[in-house]
Amino acid sequence: MRNMPMPATPPMPATLMDKIWRAHAILERDGRTLIAIDRHFVHEGSHHGFAQVRARGAQLLRPELTYGFADHYAPTRPESAAGAPEAMDMVRRLAANTAEYGVEYFGLADPRRGIVHVAAPELGLTLPGLTIVCGDSHTSTHGAFGAYAFGIGASEVAHVMLTQTLWQKRPKRMRVTVEGALFAGVGAKDIALAIIAKIGADGAQGHALEYAGATVRGLDMAGRMTLCNLSVESGARLGLIAPDETCFAYLKNRPFAPTGALFERAVAEWRMLATDADAVFDKEIALDAREIAPVVTWGVTPDQSAPINGVVPVPEGPKSDAMRDAQAYMGLTPGQTLTDIAIDRVFIGSCTNSRIEDLRMAAAVLSGRRAVVPGLVSPGSMAVKQQAEQEGLDAIFIAAGLDWVDAGCSMCVGMNGDLLKPGERCASTTNRNFKGRQGPNGRTHLMSPAMAAAAAVTGRLTDARPLLKGRL
Amino acid sequence: MQQFVSLAARACPLPLANVDTDQLIPARFMRRPRSEGYGQLLLHDLRRRPDGELDPGFPINAEAYRGAKILVARRNFGGGSSREAAVYALADHGFRAVIAPSFGDIFAQNAVKNGLLPARVTDAEAEQLLADLARREIETLAVDLPTQTIKAGVRTIGFAIDSVWKQQLLNGWDDVDLTLNEAPAIAAFWARDEQARPWVKPRRAS
Ligand code: SF4
Repeated sequence: MRNMPMPATPPMPATLMDKIWRAHAILERDGRTLIAIDRHFVHEGSHHGFAQVRARGAQLLRPELTYGFADHYAPTRPESAAGAPEAMDMVRRLAANTAEYGVEYFGLADPRRGIVHVAAPELGLTLPGLTIVCGDSHTSTHGAFGAYAFGIGASEVAHVMLTQTLWQKRPKRMRVTVEGALFAGVGAKDIALAIIAKIGADGAQGHALEYAGATVRGLDMAGRMTLCNLSVESGARLGLIAPDETCFAYLKNRPFAPTGALFERAVAEWRMLATDADAVFDKEIALDAREIAPVVTWGVTPDQSAPINGVVPVPEGPKSDAMRDAQAYMGLTPGQTLTDIAIDRVFIGSCTNSRIEDLRMAAAVLSGRRAVVPGLVSPGSMAVKQQAEQEGLDAIFIAAGLDWVDAGCSMCVGMNGDLLKPGERCASTTNRNFKGRQGPNGRTHLMSPAMAAAAAVTGRLTDARPLLKGRL
Repeated sequence: MQQFVSLAARACPLPLANVDTDQLIPARFMRRPRSEGYGQLLLHDLRRRPDGELDPGFPINAEAYRGAKILVARRNFGGGSSREAAVYALADHGFRAVIAPSFGDIFAQNAVKNGLLPARVTDAEAEQLLADLARREIETLAVDLPTQTIKAGVRTIGFAIDSVWKQQLLNGWDDVDLTLNEAPAIAAFWARDEQARPWVKPRRAS
């Protein structure tokens, strides 16, 4: 800290996070800042929040900044709707709550619907420089646009509904810089899992992560969203990437984004959001993209992972108890070659990896090949579904023997009835390999869409790169 | 919200790391209204045997720890999702404090909102407490928030907590009421903001 009053100009060097924070700070009290919230997304799980508003007999302060998405319990197939009447009740409850409180709702019949973290950006509801919250930890996804976006609990959901603000303490700053060219077949999911392995499942607690470096700037918006999505798996509340031309091009002409002169004005302001050259971070991490191979998890936390050409590690060090416990749950033995691990099922979907770019990668592996295990491909939104069908990707998945279904959270969380059977082992493009996440005693290996597709083809954990030769 | 100042109560050891929110309460139970009570759902799958019966050897089921209001666990407790139901399950089961070396951020924030204390101790101290409780050398702990101390038998150890959360727990104010008092400042912010950032307002699609 400098020992002099802050000059009005020039301003102190600031990070992207600080700039958004400043623009939203209303007042400070007891070390907390009351920040204004620009967007609030709700889903079926937000019923506790609506219940708290109802208990007060109150209304939403700014319902026009709140949007509802049916995703967590959305049936991905007609059978799953019939087989899970309670899930359908949850969807109906959201429809009723949003109607009662005047919130625009993207319900099951709406072609714009999808997983909130896929559909909201597609609609242009996510913009740079905004504060965005949702009762879902993977709200960090929206940070890909240079938004301050984070998951909140039910009490905070109610707080935002009632006041369009939240009390927050400013997070610490951490920058992850990735430089160097990625190998063909290695992508944002691998970068993210490599970062998480490096800093640990709780390594970024209390921090806002900013992703920087040429490799990150080279990612398309889908890749950036994958990266920011997984920020929470290292304990961070949010992740951010400075908005640039790639981002502005994505946003142009999106239905809810500004247009014309207002868009141009916004772009000019968005350019100024980038972290100042001399801004200081509390922690800095650097990764070399050339050292990143496709990554798979072997354990029950996202940091328990290894490059696909590796082995299940021998438990050692301070984490050895947790490693032993994870390997017992996963039915693996130390030293086992990862590519020897046979799988029962694949799942390609979730807010981490269900965008059109993800499906194209999976299709590149699966084209002209058969899956030897059953699996589900669930696009992140109905718009992605339509795009995939226009490109003929659905035919590739179906010809490979996989189920091509509707959009929703599906087997990422299993709330709609899409679940693993006890003991089943799944190659999954999702974000959490927690015990029981995909169903009681289910075993989840996290990986990229290309890797999940490769596992489908061989029935084992498999390096996707040879299968992608000549196909990218 | 519920205030937390101090608490002397029976403590239960849970010698596990990374007890994430999916373990604290599996997603399939989250459609239930809170009024049904979430206590029985706490650690639902971990505390049961494959046949669905409660495993009497699992700490929170064990007779020795019945009525415990304090839980002691290993690193990264409550990592994962934003589901406040994880806190509801702990609170409805009767827990008022969790002692662990580190906590999931959103979990800790949710905990404070519900008057549940997330107290951070070092790994070594957590291990010592777990061992003492498992051997039943100590059965109760006395947690004092103003001094940030835990009395465990003859020992007194310190714990860490974010100063903002400490203040919130000590005064037990409802955040919504606090904020509603600031309505003029909030309205002034939005009025200014509409001029400063006119592009924020969502353009209606149709
Ligand atoms: S896909 Fe999974 S992680 Fe993403 S919003 Fe849905 S449940 Fe949450």
